Amino acid sequence: MIDFKYLGETVSLILNKEKCNGCGMCVKVCPHAVFEMNGSKAELTLKDYCMECGACQLNCAQNAIKVTVGNGCGCATGIIEGYFGVESECCSDSTCC
Amino acid sequence: MITGYIKTPIGDIPQVETRLNSKDILGAIKVRWLIGRDNYMVKPGLYAVGNPTKDSNVFVSANYKLSFDHVRKNLAGRDAWILVLDTKGVNVWCAAGKGTFGTHELVKRIEETQLRKVVNHHRLILPQLGATGVSAHLVRQLTKSESEKGFNVVWGPIKAADIKPFLKNNYKATTEMRRVTFTMAERTKLLPVDIVYAGKKLLGAFVLIFLVSGFSQTGYSITDAWYTSLPSILYIVLAYFTGILLTPILLPYIPFRMFALKGLITGIFLFIALHLGNYMANSIYAILAWVMLLPAISSFMAMNFTGGSTFTSLSGVKKEMKIFVPIQITMAIFGLAFYIINLLR
Repeated sequence: MIDFKYLGETVSLILNKEKCNGCGMCVKVCPHAVFEMNGSKAELTLKDYCMECGACQLNCAQNAIKVTVGNGCGCATGIIEGYFGVESECCSDSTCC
Repeated sequence: MITGYIKTPIGDIPQVETRLNSKDILGAIKVRWLIGRDNYMVKPGLYAVGNPTKDSNVFVSANYKLSFDHVRKNLAGRDAWILVLDTKGVNVWCAAGKGTFGTHELVKRIEETQLRKVVNHHRLILPQLGATGVSAHLVRQLTKSESEKGFNVVWGPIKAADIKPFLKNNYKATTEMRRVTFTMAERTKLLPVDIVYAGKKLLGAFVLIFLVSGFSQTGYSITDAWYTSLPSILYIVLAYFTGILLTPILLPYIPFRMFALKGLITGIFLFIALHLGNYMANSIYAILAWVMLLPAISSFMAMNFTGGSTFTSLSGVKKEMKIFVPIQITMAIFGLAFYIINLLR
């Protein structure tokens, strides 16, 4: 499989290891496998692959994960339409936005 | 689609077939072209597959008919319940991003369908991509009461096609099932929607190039516009498809990570191909016009494919827009200026 990597340097995902209780939920919900369990703590091993979808943040009962840029669509059409005050439709089909 | 009804303590639940008929398949093809897309939905609520009992699994899905069809098709030969959320006819991932495939809608739907009276367990299987909108621990908390246990969300595979191996694997999604892909086939499937959706932009470009094509040494004439704009419109169409079709298909094979830069590169290649093929007027102004316009158009269209992709981040898209939108606008303005100068000369 081809590995798609986007602009890793802008990724705003933060994992607070001290709060992590090792439940492993973030590993389960991440569609790009950016987390890995290392003993009793989650570890951010493939941060560059993060698309800031926010699934891990929403499903972390310990509040140990933050996506600081806010989860929105990594979608240029949506950003442009938002700029002109149009609420964007979903950009495509099986994927999104 | 509905073949009968299953009797439950809360009344009759519609039973759906697991075989898709020609109408379902035609409908799926049509929505890929944006035809009837806004209204391709099923009624939210509870459905039955096979002859489910109180112990049967509950799969949660969106009310976009394409999503629902994927789920029921992959439950062939099983007895299960499907709980359809009201996502306004949008697929799971997009709806999760918007929050309609979300914690509150799920909790509300559990109450409204009286799911507790239909099943005697507390396990809900959700597609993994729904995790952007549904918080598993919140669902458990919000459905819990003094007398009742809360519902447990089990994250299933991304693709409905993996439901069977997921169940076999003791309700655990493997790493492969959890990773979103973006194969050439998956990219190609998205192109019709993108092309139809962006059609207005192409039309706008036609009007613009038509209007400026009326300029000549003798002034302005609409008749001239018809003649001069025809080859120009063809170049624009080529640049448009280079950005919206060729670049997405070849995505991983074009260097650099920014989509706008990928599109700029393919646009430059288009210019070189047209120029070497002697398809363009050889005036220096015409060359300057097209060396700017073609990559600008291709870059802009490729940048818009970020929304269709499965791996771009909001912060990343913002960054590339900050760099490339000014470049695209500058190139378009200079390109148009050279185009007009070429006509006035």
